[in-house]
Amino acid sequence: MNPAAKLPRWAEYGLLPLINLCAALLISGAIIRLIGESPWAALKLMVSGAFGAQDSIGYTLFYATDFVFTGLAVAVAFHAGLFNIGGEGQAYIGGLGVGLVGLAFGSWSPWIVIPLGVLSGCAFGAAWAFVPGWLQARRGSHIVITTIMANFIASALMTYLLVNVLIKPGQQSPETREFGPGAAMPAVHDVLARMGIEFAPSPFNLASLLALAACLFVWAFIWRTRWGYALRVVGQNPQAAVYAGISPGRTILVAMVLSGGLAGCLGVNELMGSQHRMLLDFPGGAGFVGIAVALMGRNHPLGILAASLLFGALYQGGSQLSFDMPHVNRDMVILIQGLVILFCGALENVFRAPLAAILGTAGRRPA
Amino acid sequence: MADPETPALQAPGGPQGPALELVGIDKRFGPVHANRSVSLRVSRGSIHGLIGENGAGKSTLMNIVYGFHRADSGEIRVNGRRVEIARPRDSIGAGIGMVHQHFMLVERFTVLENVLLGAEGGRMLGKGLGEARAGLERLGRDYGLEVPLDAETGHLPVGMQQRVEILKALHHRAEILILDEPTAVLTPAEADQLFRMLARLRDQGKTVILVTHKLREIMAITDRVTVMRQGAVVHETATRDTSAKALAEQMVGRSVLLRVEKGPAKPGAVLLEVRDLEVRDRLGVARVKGATFALRAGEIVGIAGVSGNGQSELIEALAGIRPAASGSILLGGHDLAPAGSGRGDRRSQGIAHVPEDRLRMGVVASFSAEDNAILGYHARPQFARSGFLRRQAIRSDCEGKMASYDVRPPSPGLRITAFSGGNQQKLVLSREIDCNPSLLIVGQPTRGVDIGAIEFIHGRIVALRDAGKAVLVVSVELDEIMGLSDRILVMAGGEIVGEIAGADATEEALGLLMAGVGADPVK
Repeated sequence: MNPAAKLPRWAEYGLLPLINLCAALLISGAIIRLIGESPWAALKLMVSGAFGAQDSIGYTLFYATDFVFTGLAVAVAFHAGLFNIGGEGQAYIGGLGVGLVGLAFGSWSPWIVIPLGVLSGCAFGAAWAFVPGWLQARRGSHIVITTIMANFIASALMTYLLVNVLIKPGQQSPETREFGPGAAMPAVHDVLARMGIEFAPSPFNLASLLALAACLFVWAFIWRTRWGYALRVVGQNPQAAVYAGISPGRTILVAMVLSGGLAGCLGVNELMGSQHRMLLDFPGGAGFVGIAVALMGRNHPLGILAASLLFGALYQGGSQLSFDMPHVNRDMVILIQGLVILFCGALENVFRAPLAAILGTAGRRPA
Repeated sequence: MADPETPALQAPGGPQGPALELVGIDKRFGPVHANRSVSLRVSRGSIHGLIGENGAGKSTLMNIVYGFHRADSGEIRVNGRRVEIARPRDSIGAGIGMVHQHFMLVERFTVLENVLLGAEGGRMLGKGLGEARAGLERLGRDYGLEVPLDAETGHLPVGMQQRVEILKALHHRAEILILDEPTAVLTPAEADQLFRMLARLRDQGKTVILVTHKLREIMAITDRVTVMRQGAVVHETATRDTSAKALAEQMVGRSVLLRVEKGPAKPGAVLLEVRDLEVRDRLGVARVKGATFALRAGEIVGIAGVSGNGQSELIEALAGIRPAASGSILLGGHDLAPAGSGRGDRRSQGIAHVPEDRLRMGVVASFSAEDNAILGYHARPQFARSGFLRRQAIRSDCEGKMASYDVRPPSPGLRITAFSGGNQQKLVLSREIDCNPSLLIVGQPTRGVDIGAIEFIHGRIVALRDAGKAVLVVSVELDEIMGLSDRILVMAGGEIVGEIAGADATEEALGLLMAGVGADPVK
């Protein structure tokens, strides 16, 4: 059986991910049954938890926005042949950039502070990704290793800064003071309210527009510009890149800087959009979920959008589930998410060959 | 070099019963009908040639016999008995061994460990290793296949690695040995050795199937030959009853020229001058030592040599892929070497380059034809405006290239690997020639290219010369070097050891120089 069997596009991008998702849910259902709960009720709770009310939809989309940023970050690096595991750290440091702008210029007009925050978040995330990129390009240090290490360093650095430097004076918990009003990314429910539409409050904010713009940007950059072309050549065949006069080293730097910049935008959604202050571990694992999102979304912005929605729903529906079902705790929800990642990512080819065989025979019959 | 007339290599006795018989093998891959009811009888103790252009279905057929693919219908008989072959293990069990074009060896393993792979014989390696060592030493003696058993496989020369593959098959008790394009990676001398080895195997009663597109090999060593075209067997005959020309016509389906048609060269001014060029590899070992030569506009200069004697490094240094350690490369009087200019600069200076290994360097396998047709030229204004690729222009440019270079199918959006080797090469050549270079450096112009396309590619190279451009050709095919070149430089041990005018070149003279015998260094 051929693990790289070719499938028609609709099956490759639609049917196969769906089958993988169903397989993950099936096993999750079996586990939920084992602990004495009804899988069907759990599924209903998750779906209604994610999409059942205005505020739950808002939360789902809010989480999805995080995942779009980190998923795109992974995808851009991946097109250059780099496995950037460091989205988490880049998002964390990018958030520092966002937060510093929020703290320093929060009293200014949002028309200035928000773009400044976006730029600063991008720049900080990009700078954090530049280091492993440079080490890879010039010293040959493997990007997987260095980005993982950079995650730890980012975490330690942020803990230090929040505990010792940026903490709000006279307070126990390691958080900064609130940003000024100019650093508040407008929430979607507020915007809708101003247009006379009532929508339940949620952290869903206009950073999601930035995420959509980032999708468009990544698509255009990768497939429509000569730099994206160079990036893909380097990712697919570094020797052909040298032959074509493309510098792999410089291209790696470009890819990592872009990747880090995209991850850094997470802070715009989380901090300017929701928390309005800096606190410990605000990326909350979104950098890692981004890997699964990119994998499932086939490193294409459209796929990443869809996968982000799925993971946003899992996140939000999962927390609802753990809230409503006494036996299903937070760890169970992580288990379900893990199964989805396992089937859609690591095991994504399990059903490929059988599916190709079925479609192959089905396709041959009329001929 | 094996002489086509050498009778000693032909089987002494008449054919016996068939060792392998294929009956009505049919295989489709989606819309592609790769094998059309193919029937084939291979006599025991013979060398049977299977010849056809790339994409004629010979590899598919052999992969079915070896169990990589399953036929949609038809049957396989070994020694007259029907066998079911669903996976390679079945075919090994039936006594079939295969030596692939790309070796299936673990480079970091020793020879012994590689041979043991798949026949470990139990949980602990000790016993199997001991038995294998004894068995291999015997096999080595019997068939003249001596290999250093404890050497790390990756360190052996390619010809030796191929021997390991053959030994592995024999150790797995193969009676039928299939070799897929075995000489593609070998020097002429190594190929000769291989043929002697195969003759010996045949004489000891083994059956050999030689899959190739090289007519010379078929004529030199096979007893019978089967020609495939478009998935079907179109001809089968005893080798002594046919000729290279007749086989070529059967392969292509029309009459072909086996030699390059060209008029005399009209060399102009010196375009490229190389002086004392030294090129080192990554470990700092000098691969090109003090190369000095000149190249005039309007001539084709060929570089002959056993592969691995610095030819690749030389052309890569000229093309700007590798830095020059010392010496100078003067193009139209300007020294390119010290600037350390990369490939991109050389391209804009008018040096076009068709790399030796197409799939490794010349194309990006996962890209479409049109995206490959701009590789290296993607930043030029006709393909990119303010950073954005001009998709429309790229497509129509590729359509133009495909039309004028007869690339089939003419579908710019199709993935490059869906094209045959010949059509890939035509596209690469069109890309490099269309930019109107003053110097074209071609490595292995027709590697993995079918006969029909060879003629075309040679024609284009000659046409470029006649348009007053300089061409530098490196090829391991001596016929090609002799046919194309107006002058031939011979490289051995990283040095240019001789020069022969194309018209005076003979295989013997070149062979002596290549071996480093009777060297008369050009200074």
